Amino acid sequence: MSVSPPHVDGGMGQRVQRKEDARFIRGKGTYIDDVKLPGMLYLDIVRSPYAHAKITAIHTDKALKVPGVLAVITGKDLDAHKLAWMPTLMSDRQMVLPVDTVMYQAQEVAAVLAETRYAAADGVAAVEVDYEPLPVVVDPFKALEPGAPVLRPDRKEQSNHIWHWETGDKAGTDALLRSSAVVVAQDLYIPRIHVSSIETCGCIANWDGVNGKLTVWMTTQAPHAIRTVYALVLAGAGIPVPEANIRIISPDIGGGFGGKVPVYPGYVIATAASVLTNHPVKWIEDRSENIQADSFARDYHIHAEVGATKDGKVTALRVKTLADHGYTDAAANPSKFPAGLFHIITGSYPFAKAFVEVDAAYTNKPPGGIAYRCSFRVTEAAFTIERMIDRLATQLHIDPAEFRLKNFIPPEAFPYQSALGWTYDSGNYGGALRKAMELIDYPALRAEQAEKRKQGELMGIGISSFTEIVGAGPAHTFDILGIKMFDSAEVRVHPTGAVLARFGTKSQGQGHETTYAQILAEELGIPVGQIKVEEGDTDTAPYGLGTYASRSTPTAGAAAAMAARRIREKAQKIAAHLLEVSPADVEWKDYAFRVKGVPSKSKTMAEVAFAAYTNPPPNSEAGLEATYYYDPPNMTYPFGSYICVVDLDKETGQVHIRRFVAVDDCGTVINPMIVEGQVHGGLTMGLAPALLEEIQYDAQGNIRGGSFLDYLLPTAVETPHWETARTVTPSPHHPLGAKGIGESATVGAPAAIANAVVDALAPYGVTHIDIPIHPWKVWAAIHAGKAAKGG
Amino acid sequence: MALSSNTSTVRLTSTGPATHIRVTINGTAVEADVEPRTLLVHFLREQLGLTGTHIGCDTTSCGACTVHLDGKAVRSCTVLAIQTDGRAVRTVEGLEEGGKLSPVQAGFTEQHGLQCGFCTPGMMMTATAFLQKNPNPTEAEIRDAIRGNLCRCTGYLNIVKAIQSAAEKMRAPGGSP
Repeated sequence: MSVSPPHVDGGMGQRVQRKEDARFIRGKGTYIDDVKLPGMLYLDIVRSPYAHAKITAIHTDKALKVPGVLAVITGKDLDAHKLAWMPTLMSDRQMVLPVDTVMYQAQEVAAVLAETRYAAADGVAAVEVDYEPLPVVVDPFKALEPGAPVLRPDRKEQSNHIWHWETGDKAGTDALLRSSAVVVAQDLYIPRIHVSSIETCGCIANWDGVNGKLTVWMTTQAPHAIRTVYALVLAGAGIPVPEANIRIISPDIGGGFGGKVPVYPGYVIATAASVLTNHPVKWIEDRSENIQADSFARDYHIHAEVGATKDGKVTALRVKTLADHGYTDAAANPSKFPAGLFHIITGSYPFAKAFVEVDAAYTNKPPGGIAYRCSFRVTEAAFTIERMIDRLATQLHIDPAEFRLKNFIPPEAFPYQSALGWTYDSGNYGGALRKAMELIDYPALRAEQAEKRKQGELMGIGISSFTEIVGAGPAHTFDILGIKMFDSAEVRVHPTGAVLARFGTKSQGQGHETTYAQILAEELGIPVGQIKVEEGDTDTAPYGLGTYASRSTPTAGAAAAMAARRIREKAQKIAAHLLEVSPADVEWKDYAFRVKGVPSKSKTMAEVAFAAYTNPPPNSEAGLEATYYYDPPNMTYPFGSYICVVDLDKETGQVHIRRFVAVDDCGTVINPMIVEGQVHGGLTMGLAPALLEEIQYDAQGNIRGGSFLDYLLPTAVETPHWETARTVTPSPHHPLGAKGIGESATVGAPAAIANAVVDALAPYGVTHIDIPIHPWKVWAAIHAGKAAKGG
Repeated sequence: MALSSNTSTVRLTSTGPATHIRVTINGTAVEADVEPRTLLVHFLREQLGLTGTHIGCDTTSCGACTVHLDGKAVRSCTVLAIQTDGRAVRTVEGLEEGGKLSPVQAGFTEQHGLQCGFCTPGMMMTATAFLQKNPNPTEAEIRDAIRGNLCRCTGYLNIVKAIQSAAEKMRAPGGSP
């Protein structure tokens, strides 16, 4: 009998090298712009130089004379097909092309269809548009003032106020804050930023008029949802195409992060152009278009108040927020959540009461409110609470680590119901923070800081002990356009024991082809090399809601495990038939079916699979496959504790991150190598808004920072050498105990960095600094502090 | 909407006088007619079908389109195809030799130096040219060398490790970039 531990090649927990790498490192991936079809035409877009203007004329004659230009499409052309507007996910509506008014700078105004990419660009340059500028509203607070120009006269409300949302116990929170010994209040602005995946967005629409079939290759994180939206929008436009005749193919995706969830006007225009011309039409946006016109993230103006007892126990939390949504509410949230999952703002702490309200306003900016590598509004929430916890600790003269350890929801309190009514599945917040403190030697850092302060040097230590809410989500609460937010796996075991598995999600770099295969390897006892994972083709994959908000492992990963277990149920009967015993006498153990009490009498899954096609038990169905649509019973709540050490240059205001230790807990780990990679990337997208990225507008609505020359993504030089570690607190309700990891670090990192900078500036009386913390802000804080001290 | 003409042919660029060029691409001599304004990246991707070289920006800021021109890393979005006449271009498709991954390619997959894979070809071309100049770099030197190549997924740490691993492979007996 073998003494080596049971093992399956590439099972759960192994550092399996990624399957998808083989094509990517050879330049053989298939990204959207790599798709080329015979007879394909190119679409390019004329964009508005004004943030708000009437279009009085579009002159197309010069453009139509450009060699290779075939057509110029305007809003009036689309309006004739009822396609000038399209619905948004949040029950608002968005222009595909404007009929008469542009609402933000860089908005689509017209589209040029041409034989070649260059001719299309030439055509764009030759289109002349006459505008009459209109008053511009940039500031969402001013948008809500009486007398502000009404930006959306098409709405019956005749107001720039979009919606009000609130949750929690207002009276209870007010009373508890009144009676709290200490209350700190703070305005925080979470700036508008852009995901800027290195691949921009694009599509190739191919209308096959003969067969009435529409195929669209598209940079989308949610191909099935897009297919359904397409079916509904086309039907609304009087072009009824059965959903079965619509095929959305999401090829290799060069980064998504939330930016590839929305339906952008370019997709719709290209589709209309293909239907009208019977040619495939390609539209690929360039980087400036991507930054200036695609959906933004965040833009929350937050006022937060947090209370505590005099001995430093948190009491209540009250938050009032104004959300700048641009000219339409095209946020990508589950239907019932206009402010996303901002509820997680109670964080890792046992607030007795909380009340949160958000108002949304229209401005002359592009629409959005999408994610930036984070689940629906979770970073806004985590940043706020972690900043406020530091404010409270400072006010109470308690070390921020000690303050957190004193206040955390204790491990024994899980499942824990938050003040806003959400049930956190599992957590050990103190465990993660203590591990981070140990790794970075927290006491030694505080001693060093005290010494440095005596020398007048500015060193800061910042902590963030965040809790996330991901894995949307349970059908009773979560839907998009009414479609429940399950996800799916379809698993087929072939006669030779090879597996083909298809999913409703879509990887954009997360490594699904590898991690899903590892789940199936573990559950089926089949080596990972024998398992092929496919996603992104709606003609073949089972229906799913796609990949965003760290939902793939919590939903489709669970579906993979459940489908595999269904396969095992059937396989057990076949194994019993082969072993000539009753199914009840067979058990699945150590990656094989074994006769109970006689483990050497066994059949592998491959042997069973062969029999399923060649020798099925009498009166049973042939084949070995299963499909599972997984409805998660709860959200998952990954968490972590991050500690950041910064040194500030007093002369230039430059922030230097000396060390950054990240302890994450995403429950059970499927592939530790991929988990670490996700954390590194997430940390860098946490660093980005903390220190570098912001999309700003001037008073006329001109975008400042509309290209990579001035919208600053972190390079390898600004990015520190991340130090990562983990604790493992499995989710009690997920079949594998996994929680999701793609976004934890993006959520957790900004507060750690901001808290570190504020801590460094404490000698100047600084208690808050808005992100991104550009050097000038640090410099100004130092000089304001000096002035206040009379220095 | 008015169609000005019918078409079924797709050319790379619009009508205009073409220039004849001779270029060595990944070791193979290529002759082609290109419109003078054609960017090298479009020539490679659309005329030659070498789609491993990617376009990530329009301001020469991201490095996704990096290729080698006579052994030197250049941005193929900022080089005209006609400028490569008589010269040698190497793209990601030319990194593998004899069916064997180059040390840089092997380093990237072994160290998980890529996620979505979109910046990866440019990143590997920059790294390959850099290691030829500096076969034993420090972490700081590696970070400085790739500062012109943006990656949104990996946080760079595993890319640094991949390049360190490639450098080790190249320094080993029989190693080459």
